[in-house]
Amino acid sequence: MRGILKLAYKLLVNDKAKFTALLVGNTFAVFGMMFATSMFVGVLYHSFATVTNIGASLWIMDPAVQTVAYTIGMPTYVLDAVRSMPGVKYAVPLYSSGALVKLADGTFQYVSVLGLDDTSLFGRPELMEGNIKDIYAENGFIVVHDADFVKFGSPHLGTEFQLNDHRGVVVGIAKVAASGLFGIPTLYTTYNRAIQYIPNPRYTTSYVLVEPKSASDVQAIKQQVRALGYLAVTKGEFMQRIKDFYVYQTGMGTNILIMTVISFIVGLSISGQTFYTFILENLERFGALKAIGTRSRELVGMVLFQATFTSLTGYGLGVGICTLLIWIAKWRLPDYFAMITYFNLGLSLAMVLVIAAVSAYFGARRVLRIEPFDIFRG
Amino acid sequence: MPGVAIKADGVTKSFGVGDARTLALRGVALEANFGEMVYIVGPSGSGKTTLLSVLSGILRPDSGTVSVEGVDVWKLSADQLADFRLQKIGFVFQDYHLFPRLTTAENVAIPLILRKKDWGESLKQAIECLDIVGLKARAGLPPVKLSGGEQQRVAIARAIVSQPDILIMDEPTASLDGDTGHTVVGFVHRNLLNENRCIVVVTHDNRIFEFASRILKMEDGRLLQKGDA
Repeated sequence: MRGILKLAYKLLVNDKAKFTALLVGNTFAVFGMMFATSMFVGVLYHSFATVTNIGASLWIMDPAVQTVAYTIGMPTYVLDAVRSMPGVKYAVPLYSSGALVKLADGTFQYVSVLGLDDTSLFGRPELMEGNIKDIYAENGFIVVHDADFVKFGSPHLGTEFQLNDHRGVVVGIAKVAASGLFGIPTLYTTYNRAIQYIPNPRYTTSYVLVEPKSASDVQAIKQQVRALGYLAVTKGEFMQRIKDFYVYQTGMGTNILIMTVISFIVGLSISGQTFYTFILENLERFGALKAIGTRSRELVGMVLFQATFTSLTGYGLGVGICTLLIWIAKWRLPDYFAMITYFNLGLSLAMVLVIAAVSAYFGARRVLRIEPFDIFRG
Repeated sequence: MPGVAIKADGVTKSFGVGDARTLALRGVALEANFGEMVYIVGPSGSGKTTLLSVLSGILRPDSGTVSVEGVDVWKLSADQLADFRLQKIGFVFQDYHLFPRLTTAENVAIPLILRKKDWGESLKQAIECLDIVGLKARAGLPPVKLSGGEQQRVAIARAIVSQPDILIMDEPTASLDGDTGHTVVGFVHRNLLNENRCIVVVTHDNRIFEFASRILKMEDGRLLQKGDA
């Protein structure tokens, strides 16, 4: 079979015009699908950055909260009630909000502020510079060194700024696993300083972060929180809730799906049609091979190999071009969201194999139908 | 390998159904022996190509038997028949059916590659075969760079590269001018016909009749005349 496949390979690649058209079709399809889905994955990944970075096991919130960025304050008694629930190891408040900061050079910058529990500093980021205890110092804030760090004027320890007429001082520079979705710098401070510096409605607790005593306590805690009129979700469930919000309630999911389907259809049309034309042009030769003594399954093997080879080569090129473009974009735009994951790679591979299968099916059907007698008849 | 190479008996074949049904072969019986170059001649539509296809295991007859080297070919399964053709029969098609994207040597090597021979070894044998037909120097060129006569010789080289016992040639001079056709068929007669091989040629080119051992005339699906040339 190896020699026959080599024959199929030579027949394919030596027809440079057709082979190029097939590669262009497959490459475009893969590139389009990869690019659309990698943008989507990137957006989703950044949309739950706070959940990833804080790392709490259980999040308690108002049931109307859909995404971590838009919070609804809860009264203080919720924290007390949760702390008194059986199965709760500890529970701490988290403040999350946006604020307008006046930088040292006089410009204004919108920032995301996270207020950590004053006692435990649960969810604190890993510091690159500074000492975490300095967060308790007067006006102490920690700045996250992510893609949006430069928007805060690339501060250093001691850099001052104003937040709602309050003085702020950078006492630490931290790194986090993921930066936020909205392209704004992130500040960490204590919970009490945050609610003191930022104007707030009546209720200020954005989330209550809970560590259960054991995994088996989670369900019981959820039920008790529900009885209070609030919602408790695990870290994974909260991420899924945020994903669902962006996928189903923002139109983003539909748009990405449409883009992916269009890429697939265009790729399928170009590749499928070109491959079918390639088969038609070589039909008499396939017939001659059949007359000489090639078995039907060997001919099907040749067609299948040709379709798979072009599809996988196109897949490699599409992935390569997509990766290169994303790399260039991230080099120029540090907070560029696109991310290539196994999901993108797997989805595009599955789609391109569907293209190969469809092309091969129609090609093989035609090849199997040709009668060697037709070759004699001319 | 003296004796009967191909034997057909009571072969009938029709195309179409109902009023459109046409009888292409009407009870044809023939024998072709090893060491013979048998011509099947006749006007267009007489059933020559249909008979050739039935004899070579390509077109199933409606009735009758065809045995090649004593094997009833139409009792073989599709895969067995494909293998049988590959092992025993070499084909020279009217329009050559060479692969334009392969080199001349690769075209010739195809039957060997289909027999699962090593690619390099197949090419080596193909070049030796091209040497026999006087085209060794053209081995690396694609067939489109060759003249009609040269392409025909490449097709012949492809047909004989695996040393088949039976050589089937369909209108071998149809695409060639008179002199070239005469030269090519003369070459086949001189160099490829031997006591271990039977060559069956379908033609209506009387300029190459001189090379025939026997000429069988067909008309309206019947074999009219049998005899030595």
